[in-house]
Amino acid sequence: MTALLDLQSVSVSIGKVALLDGISLSVARGQILGLVGESGSGKSLTAMAAMGLLPLIGGRVTQGAVRFDGQDMAAMTEAERRKLRGGRIGFVTQNPMTALDPVQRIGEQVDVVSRLHLGLDRKAARARTLDLLTQLRIPEAAAVAEAWPHQLSGGMKQRIVIAMALAGEPDLIIADEPTTALDVTVQAQIIQILGNLVREKGVALMLITHDMGVVAQICDRVAVLYGGRLAEEGAVAPIFAAPAHPYTSALIGCIPQEGMAKGALRGIPGAVPSALAFPTGCRFHPRCDRASELCRSTVPPTDPRGDGRVACHHPGALA
Amino acid sequence: MLPWLVKRLLMLVPVFLAVSVVIFSILHFIPGDPIDNLLKIGSSPEARAEMEVRYGLDKPLPVQYGIWLGNVLQGDLGTAIVARRPVADLIAQALPHSLRLGGLALLFSTVVGVVLGVVAALNRDRWPDRAIMGGVLVGSTMPSFWLGLILILIFSVSLGWFPVSGARGWQSLVLPVLTIGLGGMALVARITRVSMIEASGRDFVTLLHAKGLSPLRIQLRHVLRHALIPVVTILALRIGWILGGAVTVEVVFARPGLGTLLIKSLSQHDYPVVQACLLMLAMAVMLGTLLGDILQALMDPRVRAALS
Repeated sequence: MTALLDLQSVSVSIGKVALLDGISLSVARGQILGLVGESGSGKSLTAMAAMGLLPLIGGRVTQGAVRFDGQDMAAMTEAERRKLRGGRIGFVTQNPMTALDPVQRIGEQVDVVSRLHLGLDRKAARARTLDLLTQLRIPEAAAVAEAWPHQLSGGMKQRIVIAMALAGEPDLIIADEPTTALDVTVQAQIIQILGNLVREKGVALMLITHDMGVVAQICDRVAVLYGGRLAEEGAVAPIFAAPAHPYTSALIGCIPQEGMAKGALRGIPGAVPSALAFPTGCRFHPRCDRASELCRSTVPPTDPRGDGRVACHHPGALA
Repeated sequence: MLPWLVKRLLMLVPVFLAVSVVIFSILHFIPGDPIDNLLKIGSSPEARAEMEVRYGLDKPLPVQYGIWLGNVLQGDLGTAIVARRPVADLIAQALPHSLRLGGLALLFSTVVGVVLGVVAALNRDRWPDRAIMGGVLVGSTMPSFWLGLILILIFSVSLGWFPVSGARGWQSLVLPVLTIGLGGMALVARITRVSMIEASGRDFVTLLHAKGLSPLRIQLRHVLRHALIPVVTILALRIGWILGGAVTVEVVFARPGLGTLLIKSLSQHDYPVVQACLLMLAMAVMLGTLLGDILQALMDPRVRAALS
């Protein structure tokens, strides 16, 4: 499978602060990549880099390349990148409550995408919008299109955001924690909608989450970020069976299991390091029970493991 | 929204009554009265008493207030004591001048202020922003009567471009409009810039970028739209302020208008005229506030939802 989105050892800084350090990952059509890590690990920044939107937050790619469908995004003109955004790359934000323009009607906010990227006229764009809303199981699509954002619930708004992401017939959808702000029951629906899209339309999906349960449920591959670096990457099944990186196994240990004894659910001690003061060597070593002198002094190289990669001096054995 | 509007209008009634009490009583605290201006020096106390009866000034203050309010509510502003003409005539003569001046000043501060604010916001922290904000700081700190004199000194006396005073032709409007409008322009520019920068950082703007809209379109069609909501509210609040602010400027430029009429009547203790002028200004403030609320509801569906 050829990669649709391909990040090749991308480093990102905001101002003088280096936040991402040599991240490599890729997503192919029809594939779901889960991008996992705690808050502050660089997940959202990776998404912004993939969209070419870093300048919005004062950031820039300092090293490496972001390739979309084989093309280096840094070599494109801004107009070409703009055509990708909303056109070939759809984006679903973290917080649907604040994602819509509060003073514009729902329908117009969706229409604009297909008018801009598919060249549809007003009428055709509205027809497409209504069609998308119906596909996303939004009842009374015509009435919703005439509604204002504040009249919809969070789950409805997130469906609208997904409709906007789909309106330009994208090849890739980047969803940045699409369920974090929603009720648990709605979360499951949204995840299901996203999963179906990949199966039915063959789009690629980069799903950013901090929920390993969601990853296990729908992702094909998973990339674990820690402190702005890639900790581990590979197919979901082998990684869940035998995580090589201690951080990955710690994250998996955070998923509640059926029949778990009281108090058996583990958290990860310590906190995510600040980008202003990353630890030396392996950035996970202050929280790691396998940490050795080597971990404190030397950055672990990224080694192949199975069909994936891991960056750890003391990786767990393959299953 | 209609029930809200009715309630909002009804709420103006007590405000109007309170304002009328203040306007009426404050005048009578000023030493002296209009009779002094009418009587020849050395007139007899009988002549004075006769005058007081003629203008109803012999009655107790509350009774005078009651009569005045009753007449005002029937649309009768009374007769000027010193000028000896219906007050309504004097107001009708002065008001158009003040409205023209105030309206043009408001238009000037809105259009130029918004444009400068947008240019500054789009060039945030670069030289156009710094230049505009520097100018705005100077503009907003100068008192208008002083600014008026300086403008006269430069453009009328030294350069001779515009007349020093009077109300003939459009040329005579330029300097007074600038004098009143510059402060408002500075305020509008600052608010436009700040609210655009604030709105640019909102989540939905990131998503607009992610939809592939051009940055200029995002700024002008979405961000500015949000930034204008506070701007419009503040402008509406300033309507009364600008009419009142025109008072000193009209005097500086010796223009006819509500301000000139007010100052002249004040010095003559011409109660009915002063009361009518102050009432006009107070009504302008009240209606401006109402207009601000209505415009805000029209511009923001969330406000409309909260009102109904």
